[in-house]
Amino acid sequence: MLTGYFDEMHGKSGGKAAEVRAPYAKLKNWVQAMPVDLRTLKQAEAETLFRRIGITFAVYGEGGDPDRLIPFDMFPRVFSGAEWARLEKGIKQRARALNAFLVDVYGRGEIVRAGRIPARLVYQNAAYEKACVGFVPPKGVYSHIVGIDIVRTGPDEFFVLEDNCRTPSGVSYMLENREIMMRMFPDLFRENRIEPVDSYPEKLRRTLASVAPAKCKGEPTVVILTPGHFNSAYYEHSFLADLMGVELVEGQDLFVEGEYVWMRTTEGPKRVDVIYRRIDDSYLDPLCFRPDSMLGVPGLMDVYRSGGVSICSAPGAGVADDKAVYTYVPEMVRFYLGEEPLLNNVPTWQCGKADDQKYVLEHLEELVVKEVHGSGGYGMLVGPKASQAQIEAFRAKLREHPGNYIAQPTLALSTVPSFVEEGVAPRHVDLRPYCLVGERVELVPGGLTRVALTEGSLVVNSSQGGGVKDTWVLAE
Amino acid sequence: MRLVVDHVTRYRYDAPVRAVMQSHRLTPSDCDSQRVVDWAVEVSGGVPGGAFRDGAGDRMQGWTVPGPVEEVLVRVRGTVETRDTAGVLKGLRETVSPNCYLIDTPATEADAALFALARGVDGDEVLALAHGLAAAVAQAVAYRPGATHAATTAAEALALGEGVCQDHAQVLIACARLRGLPARYVSGYLFATEDGTPHEAAHAWAEIHVAGLGWVGFDPANACCPDERYIRLGSGLDAQDAAPIRGVARGATGASPEVLDVTVAIRAAEQAQAQVQAQSQSQA
Repeated sequence: MLTGYFDEMHGKSGGKAAEVRAPYAKLKNWVQAMPVDLRTLKQAEAETLFRRIGITFAVYGEGGDPDRLIPFDMFPRVFSGAEWARLEKGIKQRARALNAFLVDVYGRGEIVRAGRIPARLVYQNAAYEKACVGFVPPKGVYSHIVGIDIVRTGPDEFFVLEDNCRTPSGVSYMLENREIMMRMFPDLFRENRIEPVDSYPEKLRRTLASVAPAKCKGEPTVVILTPGHFNSAYYEHSFLADLMGVELVEGQDLFVEGEYVWMRTTEGPKRVDVIYRRIDDSYLDPLCFRPDSMLGVPGLMDVYRSGGVSICSAPGAGVADDKAVYTYVPEMVRFYLGEEPLLNNVPTWQCGKADDQKYVLEHLEELVVKEVHGSGGYGMLVGPKASQAQIEAFRAKLREHPGNYIAQPTLALSTVPSFVEEGVAPRHVDLRPYCLVGERVELVPGGLTRVALTEGSLVVNSSQGGGVKDTWVLAE
Repeated sequence: MRLVVDHVTRYRYDAPVRAVMQSHRLTPSDCDSQRVVDWAVEVSGGVPGGAFRDGAGDRMQGWTVPGPVEEVLVRVRGTVETRDTAGVLKGLRETVSPNCYLIDTPATEADAALFALARGVDGDEVLALAHGLAAAVAQAVAYRPGATHAATTAAEALALGEGVCQDHAQVLIACARLRGLPARYVSGYLFATEDGTPHEAAHAWAEIHVAGLGWVGFDPANACCPDERYIRLGSGLDAQDAAPIRGVARGATGASPEVLDVTVAIRAAEQAQAQVQAQSQSQA
């Protein structure tokens, strides 16, 4: 039993099992009424369903089966309507501030001039695209899908771990987890009033259509641009294209002619107005970025910058979700919105600063250290869980390139009961909601809950063996 | 000075390609040192894309040539009224922060020799330092056409000790950045007088950002700052980023390289034409 953590079902860990927080009240009977053999049966059924729909997630760096399933834990994670209302406000606020920041740093750079963020962090950032300066995308939106990773440490304590402004993945799991839970446990959905999430694809399509370029008259043609079926998130790309009723294309399916981008179809070329791209900036266009890219569309950036097509997220959006820039997001909320941030950042040490570096080197055993440009839980040190050898190896890397690292305290991530071999036990979770930004800023009530299924583990990344749960928001 | 430019670039493909896409930085922008009187870009069989000005103030335009294509001819003709501003770039409408030009690219990445060259120049005052760096680069890299190629890096050119204007500019950029000065690559044209030493009518030089003064041009190849003989087309982090023409062909087989030849004629409007056969090179 994990102690010292906030358990979202039982409150303080170590509390009497009889104490159950209100949102979980009806799950108590459900789990008690489920004998072990039925649970095993249901778990097998869930796995079969996931296999049948083909939802898998390639796991990098771990060897084994690249098409292996991401483990699905049937025990749902539940928020009350009031809890969610508060989260939703904070998420939308942050998504607005991040977009305001992007418009600013590709425009006049007021926040830099005002001395609120160092110029170096913005303009010498690898994700900053000089080629995008001076062009304002339609509706002033750079990041159309903002995935904000949130952790909880108490009943009212939520922290943002990181922002994902480029192309956050995982939303297909949010939709599939719900679908499968509803199929397997229809009674649960009668007993609990759970807000639906199935409007997400339509909302996403509307968001994308709302940022069509001014040159587009009539209903915009939206496509999803994928690097191809070798990409670990290919399933998600095709899943979303299906649900939105738009074409899934690769670079070779598109071409530039004159002022527009066209898609090859059996009925001849069709003009494309909005590209939801799931490939990185540097591969988008060999005439503007990496000349050796075969994944992109030659000439795309010239069409984009002359207003012939919209690209979502806008090239250059990555400068807002850099882990060193992250420290300044609360400052962005104050600077652009004149509001106090509703969601807090995790206190962060920037190893590029001498004082911070000194502190971090002296406290490696207690801190989480991350690479500034890393993602997916790679190249990360969890001090309290690491061996002495791992810590020393990291110390050397950190000394060599201090500017590449940030450090944060090891947070007491909340737990949610999960089905594990020995029965039901608390496991640490985080949350990734997907905020849509177009003409409107909106999000569906829910998100992706990732769970560290290994006892005591605080790393929830699917690439590190984490699993997923259905995430409920109860109607008030 | 009134300069008349006639610049023809021809691409030939061994086998017909399905289409050709190009991105042009081929039209000068007005600033204190130059005013465009007339200017036209033609692309044989080409469909023009939308034209726009980028954040660095450069006039950009995409072109597509639907196939099958065996040859593409890009012809630039125009007249520019120029003025000597002692190399100082003023009056260009640009919004890119000079800080962006402190970033290295593979072509300008420093090595020990570049570091030593940059360190070897004294100068407390920024403008004097910039002049010193330009002079040091001119001395370290002798002008010799054919010694280097389009993909030669600053470090390679310095090790070789010879190169052309592209190499001079990239070595100077690398050195300036090592001294903490924002620096960028500039593509343009140079009017070569018959008696003078200058070469390469399709020319390149560097700009270094001097606080309080702004961007200042330095041409180590000719040991001077750009004057009324220069026409500025655009800038970038390195030669590739500032290229007047970037292009790719669709359906080109890897084995058939494009054969590229370029002629640039620049004359002063009141003088007889001085034809310059600029360069002839092939591009993969």
